[in-house]
Amino acid sequence: MAEIIYSISTIIALIAMVLAFVRFLIGPQIFDRVVALDALTIISLSLIVCIACLRGRTIYIDIALVYGLISFVGIVAIARYLERGI
Amino acid sequence: MQLMGAIITLLGSIFLFLGALGVLRMPDVYNRIQAGTKATTLGTMLFLIGITIGHPEVVPILKIIILILFIIFTNPLSSHALARAAHYIKAPVADKTVRDDLSEDEEARDKRSRGE
Repeated sequence: MAEIIYSISTIIALIAMVLAFVRFLIGPQIFDRVVALDALTIISLSLIVCIACLRGRTIYIDIALVYGLISFVGIVAIARYLERGI
Repeated sequence: MQLMGAIITLLGSIFLFLGALGVLRMPDVYNRIQAGTKATTLGTMLFLIGITIGHPEVVPILKIIILILFIIFTNPLSSHALARAAHYIKAPVADKTVRDDLSEDEEARDKRSRGE
């Protein structure tokens, strides 16, 4: 029962990734793309932790930590670049 | 216990879905930032907490706590930087927008600095 609910929530998160990716593709401005990229990163971080727990490989949680760190630095760097230029 | 964790995970994934739907459907940049940051922050927190409750023997709990705290601290920061940059280069707002306090404040400040 619990495993079925975990599978359903993983599928819902994957559908959310598809929706955010559609906005990433059709975004009329660069800010729409950056916001969609932020949402995509957060959702994929959740999915990485989900895979780490369901497969029993806890080393993937470290990958999720580093991925979140790099995503934060990247988004702030893009925002600074769009605001003032490098 | 595992069933409770699974239900919390399902709730978190529903919040993630609503956040992504808001990113797709909202009319302008600021609304998209609003939907795409807050809902996904809550959804990720619920997702990680649910997985940790469901598999307490597999997951290192300290790392999950560090990850949740990291997301709580950094996600509003990045969205604030994005919104600030979008307002700085005057991204277009939706037609239904009624007031824009930040641009009024900036105009008043410019007027004051020119008057002196």
